[in-house]
Amino acid sequence: MRELTYKDALHEALDQIMAEDDRVFLLGEDIGVYGGAFGVTGDLQEKYGKDRVVDTPISEAAITGACVGAALTGMHPVGEIMFSDFVTLSMEQLVLQASRIRFMFGGKATVPMVLRLPGGSGTGASGQHSGSYESWFIHVPGLKVVMPSTPYDAKGLLLAAIEDPNPVMFFEHKLLYRTKGPVPEEMYTIPIGKSQVVREGKDLTIIATSVMVMRSLEAAQKLAEEGIEVEIIDPRTLNPLDMEPIIASIIKTGKALVVHEAVKTGGFGAEVAGRIVESEAFAYLDAPIRRLAGLDMPIPYNRNLEYHAVPQVENIVEESRKIVQGVY
Amino acid sequence: MEKEKLLEGELTPKDAKHLLYLMVLTRAFEENAEEMYALGKVHGTMHLSIGQEAIAAGASSAITRDDYLLNTHRGHGHFLAWGGDLNRMMAEFLGKENGYCRGRGGSMHIADIESNNLGANGIVGGNLPIAVGVGLSIKIRKTNQVVLTLFGDGAANEGAFHESLNMASIWNLPIIYLCENNLYAMSTPFDQAFKIEEISQRAVAYGIKGVTVDGNDVFAVHQAVREAAERARYGNGPTLIEAITYRWRGHSKSDRQAYRTREEVKEWMEKDPIPRFAKKIGVSDKEMEEIQERVKIDIQKAVEFAENSPEPDVSTILEGVYA
Repeated sequence: MRELTYKDALHEALDQIMAEDDRVFLLGEDIGVYGGAFGVTGDLQEKYGKDRVVDTPISEAAITGACVGAALTGMHPVGEIMFSDFVTLSMEQLVLQASRIRFMFGGKATVPMVLRLPGGSGTGASGQHSGSYESWFIHVPGLKVVMPSTPYDAKGLLLAAIEDPNPVMFFEHKLLYRTKGPVPEEMYTIPIGKSQVVREGKDLTIIATSVMVMRSLEAAQKLAEEGIEVEIIDPRTLNPLDMEPIIASIIKTGKALVVHEAVKTGGFGAEVAGRIVESEAFAYLDAPIRRLAGLDMPIPYNRNLEYHAVPQVENIVEESRKIVQGVY
Repeated sequence: MEKEKLLEGELTPKDAKHLLYLMVLTRAFEENAEEMYALGKVHGTMHLSIGQEAIAAGASSAITRDDYLLNTHRGHGHFLAWGGDLNRMMAEFLGKENGYCRGRGGSMHIADIESNNLGANGIVGGNLPIAVGVGLSIKIRKTNQVVLTLFGDGAANEGAFHESLNMASIWNLPIIYLCENNLYAMSTPFDQAFKIEEISQRAVAYGIKGVTVDGNDVFAVHQAVREAAERARYGNGPTLIEAITYRWRGHSKSDRQAYRTREEVKEWMEKDPIPRFAKKIGVSDKEMEEIQERVKIDIQKAVEFAENSPEPDVSTILEGVYA
């Protein structure tokens, strides 16, 4: 199959859906001539005009609210928040409006909007441009949270998110933009709310998100050389979370490790661990569930400090080894 | 009154009488709400619009029902003026299944999407960014609609106000920003929160038309909204209208009103918009009594309807929740 970068896969999804569906339009800061801070929207303004690829002032609350209002009146807006960190300026519109309008209005209104959120560390962008905020939003009923880790998933999930009648927080990772992988040319969707087993193994279940899927796969290769076979599951959608493959896997392996970049305390890993403990998989656990996550700190500027603030391949190898060998 | 059109605001005498009925109905709804609260028949809180009835009457009558409405937490009058059904509204107020929002939203979040009434909002200024999206949607779909966006003086000091008015201005969006300045943001008097004399002065900063009108004068509000709608439909962008009025009651049920004098309230009660409008359109005392009698019956019927309506079934608690 043809290969595309994660960034180009997202671009292609936007391009194809815009050609087909008049209700879809894009808005965000510097997404027009500039093509988006990370180049995702690229040439789309040239192709679809300024009315459908709307450059906005630096006004995150209004960008987000504009998505809500347009969605309420039948459009399918896709907003871009230049760095996911700036979603802090959109919180009221997301948490108190977008997420609960459908419920508060007795199910009679829908808010089909997508907010694209480039996030994560590893680019030297320091303390205000490198965060991972997905777990904030899984705590808000009414926001779907999607986090693709491959170009294939990026395209399919973005198309599914745009079709969805409800608001979707779409977390992209800056380090993944240049990664390549097979992507079909035609339009396709990947269902929201479906976890995927991305590597099979019998010794340990790793539940990893976003860039940590890539790092876990690399770690798995190293562990395989030692005779340790890990199974890796990418939830892809964090809310609603599909626990079924995770539970089935742990029943098989008896061990679980959750890996994410966001800080550990109150993070997605805690939610996954909690759900495992509440499930039938609990009886099959023969080791504590472990979480490997970002240190509870802001992302530092210094390259080496930044590297050590979030899980890397060697940390995943080491942690997996400890769990499998029963040494913590 | 024999003339087909009244000179001011191009309202027919029939229109005007209907508006008077809506104003009396709104006041009765609010007074009944207070009573039901005192009797323990409703819970939570409520924000009453007594004294501000002229704005809803004047504004809603100046645009069509193909247009959109974005309402505020003090929005019972606007909901009724937009054409809301009193029975279903009362049912929502009592949290019943056949209320507009199936009892899930209540007074602060009442909406009727089917009639382009995009809902009241419990967040001060919360509907201002949403208005931008409605305006953009109209512009992209080229439907020639406008969106009437209500907010209070307090909302004009939220950051969202600036972001919204700026975006609407640069894109010439068909938005009517109607600020109901009732002189108090909860307990904070206007002059403690604003350095300027009039909120409409802020329009200058966005390069748009700003106007301050007497919010207790139906015709003045109607005229201003009509002109704003015309500008918006001709692609000339948003207008900031400030309608000066006064909230007779406290901010909400917990308000002891220690921040203002009884004399001040009394002074404003003498500027009651209802008899003022009745007099202006030549409605006799007898006709007024008839309207009040009709309203009384309508409210009674609505209360009966609401009280006899079913409670939401607890088994449906998660309906409308998808993630």
